[in-house]
Amino acid sequence: MEITNTQFKHCNVVKVTGRVDSATSPQLAETIKRINDSGRFKIVMDFSELEFISSAGLRVLIAGIKNCRRYNRGDLVLAAMPENIHAVFDLAGFTSIFKIYDDVLTAVGSF
Amino acid sequence: MTSIIFPGRFESLAEIAEHVRKEAKAAGLSFMETFELETAVDEAVSNIIEHAYGGEGIGDIVYTCRQIKDGVQIILEDHGQPFDPSCVPTPDLDAQLKNRKNHGLGYFLMCQLMDNVHFEFTENANRLTLTKRKK
Repeated sequence: MEITNTQFKHCNVVKVTGRVDSATSPQLAETIKRINDSGRFKIVMDFSELEFISSAGLRVLIAGIKNCRRYNRGDLVLAAMPENIHAVFDLAGFTSIFKIYDDVLTAVGSF
Repeated sequence: MTSIIFPGRFESLAEIAEHVRKEAKAAGLSFMETFELETAVDEAVSNIIEHAYGGEGIGDIVYTCRQIKDGVQIILEDHGQPFDPSCVPTPDLDAQLKNRKNHGLGYFLMCQLMDNVHFEFTENANRLTLTKRKK
């Protein structure tokens, strides 16, 4: 898994490439935590290159969105999600929790 | 039939996934069916490491793949604590975010994505058989 974190004026874009599983999800958690620790709570997850996500990754995203939305200070939204990944989110009941955008530009524009 | 012993560590997950994809391709499973099998196996192996062994580096996992008439069977064996599926609560998928608890999500996904999930417990080993059939 590779993670790139790009800071924009209104939000951060976190691009996740490859596999998010029990081995790699702590690295994703750490990235989100570092962004939050710097006082930023508006995050776009760019999933265009995401190949796989397990429940360990889903748990990290749930913890992330809870922290970002606390005190109404921000949100963690998802963008450019491949069809197979979307199917897992749907099965887990996550599509009603997260805002999901077709592309990163629209997601960034939502903040 | 192929059997491989993997160390019970999370870093084994990516290598196991490679084997799963190769076997699924050989069996003629579609892209989505392959992804579903990969997800179920990942959840099963993670559960073995986390719950049966109680952590990484405690025991091995024997991975066996068997081609069946219309799909693939993956058999996972470990020597950790037996797992009682009836103790896993079904996650409340309609719960609001603040009440959302995700324990049991991995087992839930496994059962939803597979055609059959079968546990066997002997004195010496726990055996989980996951069956995925072509649509």
